[in-house]
Amino acid sequence: MELTKFEREMLEGKHGEGTAIAMKIQAAIGDSFHAKRMVPITRAHVALSNQEADLWFAEKLLKAGAHCKIPPTVNPGFNLNYFTSAGKVTDEFASLMQRTHNTYKALGAVLSYNCTPYIQTNVPFFGEITAFSESSATPYINSVWGARSNREAAQSALCAAITGVVPEYGLLLDENRFGDILVNVEADIKSDFEYQLLGYMGKKIGPGIPVFTGLPTPITPESFMNLGAQLNTSGAYGMYHVLGVTPEAPTMEAAFGGKEPKRIVTITNDDLKEILSQISEPGEQKIDFAMFGCPHFTLRQVQIIAERIRGKKLAVEMWILTSSHTKEMADRMGLLETIRESGGDIVSDTCPDQPCWHYLSGKTGITDSPKCAYYPKRRGLNFIIRDLETCIDAALKGEID
Amino acid sequence: MSVNEKSFSCHRISEGIAEGEVIVSKDDIMFYLINPETGEVIEKGHDLEGKSIAGKILVFPGGKGSSVVQADGLYQLAMKQNAPKAMIIQNPDTVLVSSAIIMEVPMVDQLDEAFYAELKEGCKVRVDANSEQVVFI
Repeated sequence: MELTKFEREMLEGKHGEGTAIAMKIQAAIGDSFHAKRMVPITRAHVALSNQEADLWFAEKLLKAGAHCKIPPTVNPGFNLNYFTSAGKVTDEFASLMQRTHNTYKALGAVLSYNCTPYIQTNVPFFGEITAFSESSATPYINSVWGARSNREAAQSALCAAITGVVPEYGLLLDENRFGDILVNVEADIKSDFEYQLLGYMGKKIGPGIPVFTGLPTPITPESFMNLGAQLNTSGAYGMYHVLGVTPEAPTMEAAFGGKEPKRIVTITNDDLKEILSQISEPGEQKIDFAMFGCPHFTLRQVQIIAERIRGKKLAVEMWILTSSHTKEMADRMGLLETIRESGGDIVSDTCPDQPCWHYLSGKTGITDSPKCAYYPKRRGLNFIIRDLETCIDAALKGEID
Repeated sequence: MSVNEKSFSCHRISEGIAEGEVIVSKDDIMFYLINPETGEVIEKGHDLEGKSIAGKILVFPGGKGSSVVQADGLYQLAMKQNAPKAMIIQNPDTVLVSSAIIMEVPMVDQLDEAFYAELKEGCKVRVDANSEQVVFI
């Protein structure tokens, strides 16, 4: 790979050891994908998620003197104040989150602790070169905004934030952004929820860039959020197109770059029904709690819940995970009060796959998100998956029909 | 190199040299679903379910999973000295590639079909990512 004088100096350590480590990793990634050069980025998002390996790596860079040129927004871990004052985390887990906080603060990150930066705090423009990690974030900015990012790891996105450049390959290049697979959706798409199941069809869709047709318009931001989150739970997708909707797919010709699709896949109601029965715990049972916000819920989704439970009492705990901005808006608009009066709560800066939920281990919850059901399985949480309205009604009754 | 050693060229992804016994997976791998204490694959229905990748030369198609858990899985294995010694893959993706580079596990791709035809469970190879060679020993 050809590096500019400035990039070579970064690699050789003239801008500090931390920058040199980040540049060395990026040069190696670039070489492995046959990148010819580095290109500057103007945004980044780091999916830190309070994971040990991520902390180990971020602390290593910080000790070597690294600082972010491009301040990245970051994913949630758990809300330290909220869960320590409720006595729901051990000292060991509290210390892990505290170290993550201190490290990213010192690296110069934007401490947003939110997994949906692309609709609130870190929104790229069409064609902008960025480094975004996080399941739902990378496909959203590529597909919906037409910005450009490879499916970065949390760590490679942090390196990019430090050096301010990324190796140029993959989805950064025009020729790699065309569709490969035509996905005809024959299933009835009635709400944001069907996008959760459509996204979970990764095994049937197969590797490549899918081009969806047959989806009713308009498509909500929440539907796109769900689609990307679940595509990257059931598989690995940096980008998709929706024919006639997303900006790089106005026509078949544009979506496929004038070529024939490599594969054609049809998704039916039976496919969605079958996948739901595979990934959800069976219905017709009592539930212990309800959890929403994987990805983080938007204000509109919070409103739907508040309106449905207003003046009623929830039979079980209800956790709604959002960004701190959304929580602040919900507070101002009285939605937070409504939800608290019913016995639920909105928690900011928190992910479902975190040690603060260990007290729910062995219990069965209800959620609208397959991703929410998938990762916390490792922590012993079981989930029934249903559409949002069914979930809310189940939380009011304490059981699912 | 002795006359018995068969050598194949490859492409370097993550630098380093390692030799050991080969284990082959037909399925993509997510390191979060491998037990760090034993190196055993715990993912239900996986080609390597119940088998250990600890200290082996791991041959597999590619990676899958979210953008943080892949590195965390490999990190936890390395902390318990149960990481693979080297990895030989077919489909590189950014998440897997950066995880291997950061955790300093040698990784190569672009091996010829003849290499895969030669592979047998339990055979031994030396992966030299630096000089882009894989040798049966």
